[in-house]
Amino acid sequence: MAALLEVSQLHAAYGSTQVLHGIDFSLQAGSITALLGANGAGKTTTLRALCGMVRTSGEIRFGGARIGGYATEDIVRLGIAHVPDGRGTFANLSTEENLRLGAYVRKDRRAIEQDFERIYTYFPRLKERRHQQAGTLSGGEQQMLAVSRALMLRPQLLLLDEPSFGLAPLIVHEIFDIMRAINQSDEVSILLVEQNATMALNLADHAYLIETGRVVLSGSADEIKQNDAVRRSYLGY
Amino acid sequence: MDAFLNQVFAGLATGGIYASVALALVMIYQTTHLVNFAQGEIAMFSTYLAWTLIDAGMPYWIAFFLTVGIAFVLGALIERIIVRPVEQAPVLSVVVVFIGLLVIFNSLAGWMFTYTIKVFPSPFPKEPVHVGTHFFSSHELGAVGVTLVLLALLYAFFRFTPLGLAMRAVAQNAESSRLVGIRVGRMLALGWGLAAAIGAVAGMMVAPTVYLDPNMMSGILLYAFAAALVGGIDSPGGAVLGGFLVGVLENLLGAYVIGNELKLSFALVLIIVVLLVRPSGLFGKIHVTRV
Amino acid sequence: MKPGSKPVALTPPASAWSRQPRMLIPAALLLASCALPFVMNNYHTFQLTLVLVYAIALLGLNILTGYNGQISLGHGAFYAIGAYVAAILMDKFGVPYWLTVPVAGVVCLAAGFLFGLPALRLEGVYLALATFALGVSMPQLLKSRHLESWTGGVQGIVIAKPDPPFGLPLNQDQWLYFFTLAVAVAMFVLGWNLLRGRVGRSLIAIRDQPIAAEAMGVHNALYKSLAFGVSAMYTGVAGALGAIAVQFVAPDSFTIFLSITLLVGIVIGGLASISGAVYGAIFIQFVPNIADQISKAAPWAIYGVFLIGFMYLMPAGVAGAIRLAWARIRRMAADTRQDSG
Repeated sequence: MAALLEVSQLHAAYGSTQVLHGIDFSLQAGSITALLGANGAGKTTTLRALCGMVRTSGEIRFGGARIGGYATEDIVRLGIAHVPDGRGTFANLSTEENLRLGAYVRKDRRAIEQDFERIYTYFPRLKERRHQQAGTLSGGEQQMLAVSRALMLRPQLLLLDEPSFGLAPLIVHEIFDIMRAINQSDEVSILLVEQNATMALNLADHAYLIETGRVVLSGSADEIKQNDAVRRSYLGY
Repeated sequence: MDAFLNQVFAGLATGGIYASVALALVMIYQTTHLVNFAQGEIAMFSTYLAWTLIDAGMPYWIAFFLTVGIAFVLGALIERIIVRPVEQAPVLSVVVVFIGLLVIFNSLAGWMFTYTIKVFPSPFPKEPVHVGTHFFSSHELGAVGVTLVLLALLYAFFRFTPLGLAMRAVAQNAESSRLVGIRVGRMLALGWGLAAAIGAVAGMMVAPTVYLDPNMMSGILLYAFAAALVGGIDSPGGAVLGGFLVGVLENLLGAYVIGNELKLSFALVLIIVVLLVRPSGLFGKIHVTRV
Repeated sequence: MKPGSKPVALTPPASAWSRQPRMLIPAALLLASCALPFVMNNYHTFQLTLVLVYAIALLGLNILTGYNGQISLGHGAFYAIGAYVAAILMDKFGVPYWLTVPVAGVVCLAAGFLFGLPALRLEGVYLALATFALGVSMPQLLKSRHLESWTGGVQGIVIAKPDPPFGLPLNQDQWLYFFTLAVAVAMFVLGWNLLRGRVGRSLIAIRDQPIAAEAMGVHNALYKSLAFGVSAMYTGVAGALGAIAVQFVAPDSFTIFLSITLLVGIVIGGLASISGAVYGAIFIQFVPNIADQISKAAPWAIYGVFLIGFMYLMPAGVAGAIRLAWARIRRMAADTRQDSG
């Protein structure tokens, strides 16, 4: 089965600073894949490269087609939704307006309204606060909003950058449970970047370990969890 | 009392003009963090286009809407062709580009239409309107009406349409806007087009009163700029309110306090005093920076 | 709006030997400038005098806007104050012309500092408006009836052209040129010393990271107000020199257009650059003439095209473009040295 996302020899740089030195990985449709690594390893840069936000060389194939060099706005239209680190919510717009923007490129109005309802069932708190300014939401609620906005696209692939950052574990569990549910019911593939390796490996099917811009380890989540080096360096036991 | 009310009302009429131009300035400022100093000259140039059409025999309202359309296209083209290449340049370099645009439009207008003052027709009747015992100039009433309609349409556009929402999104966070698929470049061009269209309306409403000449809009731009700041440069509502306030202030100052020559300086000084007390404007957001 | 926020490469203090080649170019230019009045006619000499005057004014504005990040759309007002101080002293009190220049400087230093104090509360666009108001008000103030007995109202004041002292074999224009050149050199050396030392670093620190600067002990409020004062002083000195050269002051010579021209000058010349002041002065003195020659009908349209063109080609100003070119040449030289070495 051809992979939904295939990345080969991906190099990326910010100005003259090379950050990715040839990343290779692939992601099967319907799976949840985690990119693990320490701070500064290049995980966020990888996600940004997928969305055309960084200058890259190498090959990125989505659904078989090469998307390297495409503009971010066009990559979104192919069905890739990116929840950036820092969430990227529109702080001065209301919760509902944020969600509506998530569906900006879609034209199926009735389905969009249905999706609103579904999001509100997953995250009732967002429904309560739907007319509130997004910037006044708590950290956890903003993360829910950011993820929901991405889901409003009805994406094929969801990119999550450090969703657990700054959140209480309970909230992270809540969000991750819903991610798992959506992955199974809607067949949304998920590429997850996380520093919190434990939580990520509990959610993901596959994982890649990135160190200083290269993939150094890959395998199923269970394999990675049991790998000695990973256990010592990233899982803490 | 009569005279005072008339001054206040005249102030509201010009205030509406300032409010519109201030709103156009804030729109561009919100998306680009730049003050478009060429706004007034583009509006003046559009007004000259309208004059040419009307002079050639076109009925007023057709010329009006056609001019608004042309101004829209002109604004969008300027953004795409002239502003886009210097988007990433340092702020003051872009300011110099705007100054360049300003002098180009001013000079072109003088060259194409000469510097002799032209009379610009008003679509409203010449007879004043009686309300009780007060007289109001029909043009002033009409101008206020047009301004209010324009502002209402803009409000509805931004609040209730997907495109308006997209533009508000771009003004806040261009990167996140890209991530939901908004074509930021197009929104910028659209914003400039709208701003130019607003300017054209303002120009056509003010020209009958101050007569049409290439320097018609410079005073207005300055008042609009001051109004936008007094209201808070990142608050569209503030800009509108600021516009009306400044209009009334200018008129009252000119009539009762200081005379027409010095009223500009006086008004500006007053506005700066306000800014010293509230440095972000009356309705602007106070920026708390985290270290 | 934070002008000039791209970080400026601060060169480390040069040793005496490495300083030598860097001193050669300004020294050569200075020698050349001294020769110029003898090979040109009086009108051209007069134009060069004005270039020097503008260069001083632009250095002043650059200290405030380029190095310290405080935008000013009203520096024409300080130029006007300097000019009128000189004119009034010469006309009403018979003060010799050369004494009016430092007096104008001191008056503007005070005026600038006083303006800078309330301006501390304003940032970016708001400061732009406040300075714009200053620039717009000045001609109106100068025309006002209340000050007419001093300022001469709309007609202004005519000043006598000074003669060369000690019976030097120069004509008046040449003498004025050298006098202005001497003052310019003094002001530039003073500025260079200020800016490459602690003061310059503090100003730049305040521009780029005001909070960090304050936390490191830089007294922001004092430096920012001083920057205004010093900047006004330079522009006031330029105004006095300009008045003496032109022999005439009138309110309409100092409109908001002058303030805008000064701003254009520092951006075109190059922000946060001393040499930029000279390039900018050359631009604002000569390009309007060139534009006039290209098109009599719409000269300012041509001027506008020049402005836009310069910003496309050299967004960091002439000085910035030269810096980039130098860096590229040095890199190419280093590469060839590496290959051959």
